[in-house]
Amino acid sequence: MNIFEAMGLAWEALIQNKLRSFLTTLGVIIGVAAVILMIAISAGAEAVIAEQINALGANLVIVTATRGTPGRPPSLVYDDALAISKEVKGLTGVAAEQTVASQVIKWGTVNFETALLGTTPDFAKVRETPLETGRFFTQTDLDRKNKVIILGSKVAKDLFGETNPVDQEVLLGTTRLTVIGVLKPKGKVADTDYDDRVYIPLTVVYQRYLTQAMQLNRVRTIYAQVENKETMDSTLAQIKALLARQHAVPLDKPDFVVQTQQDIIQTQQATTETFRTLLAWVAAVSLLVGGIGIMNIMLVSVTERTREIGVRVSIGARPIDVRMQFLMEAIILSLFGGIVGVTGGVGGAWLFNETGAMRTEIVPWSLALAFASSALVGVFFGFFPANKAANLDPIEALRHE
Amino acid sequence: MNPPETLNGNAVIRIENVRKVYNTGEVELRALDGVNLDVRRGEFVAMMGPSGSGKSTLMNILGALDHPSDGRYFLEDEDVGEMEQEDLADLRNRRIGFIFQSFNLLQRMTALQNVTLPMLYRVENRVGHATREEIAIAALESVGLGDRLYHRPNQLSGGQQQRVAIARALVNRPSLMLADEPTGNLDSKSSEEIMGILQNLNRQGVTIVMVTHEADIAKHARRVVCMRDGKIVSDGRAGAQNCLERKR
Ligand SMILES: Nc1ncnc2c1ncn2[C@@H]1O[C@H](COP(=O)(O)OP(=O)(O)OP(=O)(O)O)[C@@H](O)[C@H]1O
Ligand SMILES: [Mg+2]
Repeated sequence: MNIFEAMGLAWEALIQNKLRSFLTTLGVIIGVAAVILMIAISAGAEAVIAEQINALGANLVIVTATRGTPGRPPSLVYDDALAISKEVKGLTGVAAEQTVASQVIKWGTVNFETALLGTTPDFAKVRETPLETGRFFTQTDLDRKNKVIILGSKVAKDLFGETNPVDQEVLLGTTRLTVIGVLKPKGKVADTDYDDRVYIPLTVVYQRYLTQAMQLNRVRTIYAQVENKETMDSTLAQIKALLARQHAVPLDKPDFVVQTQQDIIQTQQATTETFRTLLAWVAAVSLLVGGIGIMNIMLVSVTERTREIGVRVSIGARPIDVRMQFLMEAIILSLFGGIVGVTGGVGGAWLFNETGAMRTEIVPWSLALAFASSALVGVFFGFFPANKAANLDPIEALRHE
Repeated sequence: MNPPETLNGNAVIRIENVRKVYNTGEVELRALDGVNLDVRRGEFVAMMGPSGSGKSTLMNILGALDHPSDGRYFLEDEDVGEMEQEDLADLRNRRIGFIFQSFNLLQRMTALQNVTLPMLYRVENRVGHATREEIAIAALESVGLGDRLYHRPNQLSGGQQQRVAIARALVNRPSLMLADEPTGNLDSKSSEEIMGILQNLNRQGVTIVMVTHEADIAKHARRVVCMRDGKIVSDGRAGAQNCLERKR
C-alpha cells in the first residue's frame, strides 16, 4: 500500500462519520486559531506602542509629577520648565503641557466639544507636530496671554470646512480666541486622537480655564528634547538634580519622574511580553488539548474497528499498512483542523481589527507555525493509537465484537 | 531451519506435533495436543469433529493467523514459525485464501471494494487501481455476482456474502484455500452453490482444507480428517460417516 492509498482509506473512514470527525478536529481548530490570533494581537499591541512612541517625537526626556500630597502645592510647575530651559545644557527645546476638561468650540453656528491642551512655543518642535498653515505661538503670545488658538486638523475641518480658519475668531468655552494655525494630520494613536484637539498658550489656560488657585502654574508634563543622543544620560542627571533643588526634595526621594523614550518603550515592552507569554501558553495548551482530543477519539476508533483491523490483517495487511491508515486519519484530521483554524484565526484577527475591538496585525510566519504544529500534533498524537492498531493480534481482533 | 528430508515435494502443508495450549486460570487447556498432518498439492480435505475439538484452532494456525505453542508448520517447504511479520502478511495475502463462517466482509465497503482490498495490500507485482477493479470484477463474475458489484454486505444474502468472501480470497490467486465452516450460516441451496464454487477451484488445482459439521458437505471432499480433543483420530477415505459415528 502506498501513501496515497493509505490516504484514500483514511479519507473514506473519516467521511463515514463526518460529524464525529469534525468534532474531533475542533480542538485543533481552536488551538490553531488561538495561535494565530494571539500572535496577531501581540503584534498589534507592539505596533500601537511603536506608534505611540513615534508620536512623542525623537530624543525626548519626559518629566511627569508623581501624585502631589493634598494641601501642598503642585509638584511640577511652569517655572520648572523655564528653569530647565535656562539652566540645562544641550537641549534643543523644552515644552510644558497642561490638560484641562474638554470644552465646546464654536464658530458661527457650528459647535462641538473637543480636547484642550495648554502648552508652550517649543511644543511644535519637541513633539513633532508640524503646521499645515499659519504659525505656532511665540513666547510673546505666552507672556502677554494672547488669546490665540491652534487647531488640530479634524477640528479645523469640522468647524470651518473649506474656509481658511487662520485669523478667524472662535469661541472656546466662554473665551474668544483667534486662530493662528492649523496642524498637519497626525492620526489616532491608541486612545488619543491627535487631530481632535486644540492648543492654546499655557498662560491662557491658567487665566481662563483653571479655577482652582492651587492648580495655577501646574503642568502635567514637561518635554525636553536632547540635542545629542549620547549625552542623554548626563542631561537626565542634570534635570533631576535641578528639579530636586527647585522642589527642595532629596534626590533619592523625588516628587517627579524623569524618563526617556527608551524607558517608556521598555516598560511597555515588559507589559506586552507578559501578555504575549500568557497568550502563547493558552494557545499551546489548547493545541495540546486538541491533540489529546484526536488521540482519544482515535483510540475509541481503533477499539470500535478492531474487527475491521482483524479482517484487514487476515487478508494480508502488514502492521505498517494498518499503522499508516490510522496515522493518516489522525494527520488528515489535524491538517483539516489546521486549515480551518488558520482561516478562523485570520478571520478573527481581521474582524477584531475591523470592528475596532482590538488592534491586530496578522503575522505571515504565524500561519506557517500554526499549520506546522497542527501537522505535528497529528503525527504525535496519532502515533500511539496507530501503533495500537498495528500491534493487534489478528485472532483476537477477528473475535472482537 | 531446513525442512526434514522426508518431506515430499508435493506437500503443500506439513505440520509436526503441533500443540496449542491456553492457560485459562488454573486449568491448562490443550486445544491442540500433538497434531501431525500432511496435505498434498491439489487435495480437497474436509475436517470434521465435535465442537471444541480444535478444528478452528488448527485452521487459524494453518492460515498464519495464530501460532502454535509448540511444533512446526511448513508451508510449501518453508518453516512458517521462522517467518517475520512481513512474510506472514505476504503469506496471508498471496498464498492463502481464508474463508470464514461469518464472512468477515467490511460492512462500509461495496462488494467490489471488499474484493479489491487484498490487491491493495500486495507488496510484489502490484497493479494500479483500474487493473485491480478489473480483476475484482472478473473474480466477482466468476462467483456469479457480476450484477452485485456495488452492493454493500448488508444488501446481500448470506450466500452472496460468502461468495464475495470467496472472490476476495481468490483474487490474489493463492494455491491454498482454507475454509472454516464456510456453509455454517447458510441454507442448503446456498451451501450447494458455495460447494460448487470450491470444487471448481479445486479442479483448477487449488488445494482446499475445509472444516464442516455436515456429512453432506464433507462428501465433496476426497479425504476427511477427524479431530477429537485436540488430536486427529482418523484420516482418510473412510469419510464423514466414520467421524460422525465416532462422535457418538
Ligand atoms: N482464546 C482462547 N482462550 C481459551 N481457550 C480457547 C481459546 N480459543 C479456543 N479455545 C478453546 O480451545 C478449544 C478448541 O476450540 P476451537 O475453536 O478450535 O474448536 P472447534 O473445533 O472449532 O469448535 P466448533 O466446531 O464449535 O467451532 C475449545 O475448548 C475452546 O474453548
Ligand atoms: Mg470452529
